[in-house]
Amino acid sequence: MILIWLITILFVGGVVALIAGRFNALLPRIIAIATVVIDGFVFWNFCSGADLKLNIEASSLAEGSTWITQTSHVWIERFGINLFFAMDGLSLVLIALTLFLGVIAVLSSWSEIVDDTAGFFYFNLLWVLAGVVGVFTALDLFLFFFFWEVMLIPMYFLISVWGHEKKEYAALKFFIFTQVSGLLMLVSIVALVVIHHQQTGVFTFNYIDLLDTKTDSMIGMCIMLGFFIAFVTKLPGVPVHSWLPDAHTQAPTAGSVILAGILLKTGAYGLMRFIFPLFPEAAASFAPCAMILGVVSILYAAKLAFAQTDIKRLIAYTSISHMGFILLGIFAWNTLALQGTVMQMVAHGVSSAAMFALAGGIQHRIHTRDLRDMGGLWTSVPRTGAIATFFLVAALGMPGLGNFVGETMVLFGAFQMDKTITIVATLGLIVAPVYALKVIQEAFHGELNTQNYDKSKMTKLKSHELVMMGSMIVALVVLGIYPQPVIDTVAPVINSMLYNVNTQMALVN
Amino acid sequence: MELTAQHLTALLPIIVITITSIVIMLVAAFHRNHKLVASLTVIGLLIAIATLALIGNQPPIQVTPLIIVDQYSIFFCAIILLTAIAVTILCYGYFQARVGLQEELYILLLTSTLGAVVLIFSSHFASFFIGLELMSVSLFAMVAYPITTLTRQGEPLEASLKYLVLSGVSSAFLAFGMSLIYAATGTMSFTELSELLSQYRESYYAITGTAMIVAGIGFKLSVVPFHMWTPDIYQGAPAPISSFVATISKGAVMVTLLKVFILLNIYQYESVITAITVIAIASMIGGNLLALLQTNVKRILAYSSTAHIGYVLVAFLAAKESGSDDTNMLAVEAVSYYMIAYIVTTLGAFGVISVLSSDQRHIDDNRDFELVEDFRGLFWKHPYVATIFIACLLSLAGIPLTVGFIGKFYIFATSVEANMWPLIAALVLGSSIGLYYYLRLVLMVFLTEKKEDSLVVSNSISGSIEGGQSDGVALPLGGQIVIAVVGAIILWLGIYPTTLIELIQDYTNGLG
Repeated sequence: MILIWLITILFVGGVVALIAGRFNALLPRIIAIATVVIDGFVFWNFCSGADLKLNIEASSLAEGSTWITQTSHVWIERFGINLFFAMDGLSLVLIALTLFLGVIAVLSSWSEIVDDTAGFFYFNLLWVLAGVVGVFTALDLFLFFFFWEVMLIPMYFLISVWGHEKKEYAALKFFIFTQVSGLLMLVSIVALVVIHHQQTGVFTFNYIDLLDTKTDSMIGMCIMLGFFIAFVTKLPGVPVHSWLPDAHTQAPTAGSVILAGILLKTGAYGLMRFIFPLFPEAAASFAPCAMILGVVSILYAAKLAFAQTDIKRLIAYTSISHMGFILLGIFAWNTLALQGTVMQMVAHGVSSAAMFALAGGIQHRIHTRDLRDMGGLWTSVPRTGAIATFFLVAALGMPGLGNFVGETMVLFGAFQMDKTITIVATLGLIVAPVYALKVIQEAFHGELNTQNYDKSKMTKLKSHELVMMGSMIVALVVLGIYPQPVIDTVAPVINSMLYNVNTQMALVN
Repeated sequence: MELTAQHLTALLPIIVITITSIVIMLVAAFHRNHKLVASLTVIGLLIAIATLALIGNQPPIQVTPLIIVDQYSIFFCAIILLTAIAVTILCYGYFQARVGLQEELYILLLTSTLGAVVLIFSSHFASFFIGLELMSVSLFAMVAYPITTLTRQGEPLEASLKYLVLSGVSSAFLAFGMSLIYAATGTMSFTELSELLSQYRESYYAITGTAMIVAGIGFKLSVVPFHMWTPDIYQGAPAPISSFVATISKGAVMVTLLKVFILLNIYQYESVITAITVIAIASMIGGNLLALLQTNVKRILAYSSTAHIGYVLVAFLAAKESGSDDTNMLAVEAVSYYMIAYIVTTLGAFGVISVLSSDQRHIDDNRDFELVEDFRGLFWKHPYVATIFIACLLSLAGIPLTVGFIGKFYIFATSVEANMWPLIAALVLGSSIGLYYYLRLVLMVFLTEKKEDSLVVSNSISGSIEGGQSDGVALPLGGQIVIAVVGAIILWLGIYPTTLIELIQDYTNGLG
């Protein structure tokens, strides 16, 4: 029941913010932050009371359930569709990330949207969060698709209404990429359900029931690709990545924060939750291709990042590059790689959100995102410079910070599966500092360049900005020095996924 | 055959509508009053619905060889009548704001609805034809309403004439097709044909006849390649009348077509099925492509309706797998659900246009609130109307939370179950293209005056709000209620479709 509450609170908060926006432009942001904080409190309260110590012994993996809580209600009986929500360690970690970054997103747009449109803005923001929480907890495939779309439309509005100069183009591109790939996923879902129906005579969209569906190799591969394309588009991975730089560049700050921090992780979550467990055979034979795609994403996006002059576009490409590690890790499909993937999801979520918040803050002040217009900012705003350096260094994988843990674990895990691909992927760790240092050098070092903006506009970080940056710095340091709690939480899920897939593979062979 | 009280009861909906139209004719002759006439129309239609409830739970009754009153027909008749009530209210608001003699419109509206009802109840090619013609002939005059035509650059008159000629041609096709089937089999009754037709599987008369009927129906449904008239008619006719053409006229034809195909098992003609497959694919892709570059919302809706009929045909074709009863049932449900989704959504979209067209500026310009540019910033002027419009567009695009998504899901489920992969591919492709123009409209609703920098949004918004107020627009109340109800239905059926699914299952199982 707690899961339905988590989603409902966000939905209702959005509607309240919309109505409040009609009376006062400053009220919606307060309602928005209150909603997310209340949601977080409810979640925290539940988690501290629940028994998270689900360390299932290897011997009992077959019967053991890794679900911390679940709830199910009949929705559309005709097709066996249920309101089936469940949470395990993986969902838990990601919901925590979502709510944390939700607060950050509200804070990052604190002084940006304070006009008549504020009500609708925070409505969309909260509904995206609700959709994302839904995606992380829905285990009925129809419901999953439903939330997949619910998070899409408010995001489209966020970009298209409050975006920058090319917002319409970017929003449309974002929507069409995700929606078309989503339609492919819908066809795949239906095909899977129909096959299950033909095998058992039961219509059901329940994930746990569908796990038993036997798909022969050809059809299994087609259906798997339907899911894969949808998730990789969201991730995004080369070659379906081209919407992301546009969407990020044009989105308002809060939109970028949510997009980079949370929305991309839904693609990663989908890959982890659905591809291997549902189609073990097809996924295993496809894994080398996917891993190569991952490596291509890492290196190609890193190269493109280096060539950008638009700071948000640059960060967007680094996101694609880091998401390549996730693709690599998931298709390596062993304990180490998967644990690394989750770490990378969380760490990248925090670090990319922080960088977009910073870039958005700078743009809000000096009305440009072009690195060539900046330069020497360290002299005027040293504190901002230091914070930016911290996050860029985190992103390039400095030991002691969260991203390092994630990327190294993924590489260690992938090395066991395919040495050549992994060695090539490691080059990504070398390219990353190049673009990270380029940003620091061009934006913050050198002579102060105020040709294109008024010097007085580049002001210091405000207190709410310092609070959010500080909290993200703490999060990354903790994740880097003591990542064990995250790994412990997801360990049972990963173990049982690996166990189930291996049993099914053994049956086939 | 003797008419008993039971038969007359079964005919009650038809009788009530007929009497209402006569009453209105008399009232209009002696005491012209727009409000009175419109209210009488609504009351008449409500009574007709009440009589449907009276005959609701009975086994099928054959009244003369022409009419059969069964569950399936009753269900869709109710939907058609409810839609007619909505259209009547929209008409009242729309024409009240305009000068001219309005009372006769409601007579036409009732006779056209009567035609639709007869069409749905038909069990014989004669009644099928009478129903279709009654519906179309009344529409010719409705499309050319109001009488202020001449000042509107002759557009409605032109539209009406186009409709008249093309509809005449399609009727000729239909009549010829029917006579060919009659020539082959010697009967026009559906029940007799259902037994006889399988013996004539090789007969060229029967095949040609069926093909001509499909072509004639294709005109009425405006599927590619018979779609040319639709955009002109939709654009030329007053918005509420366009909604009548799009919902009631097309809905009744589609529903009857499904009945005829299943009853006569026309699925046995491979060549006809191939032709419909091609038509479906062409409509889905062609309709969406043609809608892409339109600048008039009515034309966009016209082309999108072509595409939507194409989507319905996918499920329609799936019904042929009569080997397994399950698929067949699923297909009938899918067609029914999607048609209802389509009717509700289209009604909403045209309803919004009708309501907004009462704006004085558009009356003076003699045009409707129909250009894409008109919708710019609507959300900041009329937030509630704009929200309903967005719900309609998202439903047309098949996005979750709306009834259109459940409809599309139904079609996906049906077609995957029937393994119709080429059609599924066209469906995905068509829907993807469709997203572009629906979203363009959605975006338009949120846009503010053309300014490059997003930071001036707040100024221009407050400016446009003031602009909206200075227009002094009082939107018609009745129309607002109609679109609010329609909007609520779109969301309700999108979030909780079970009620409607069960209703459809109850009422259509006689057919599957």
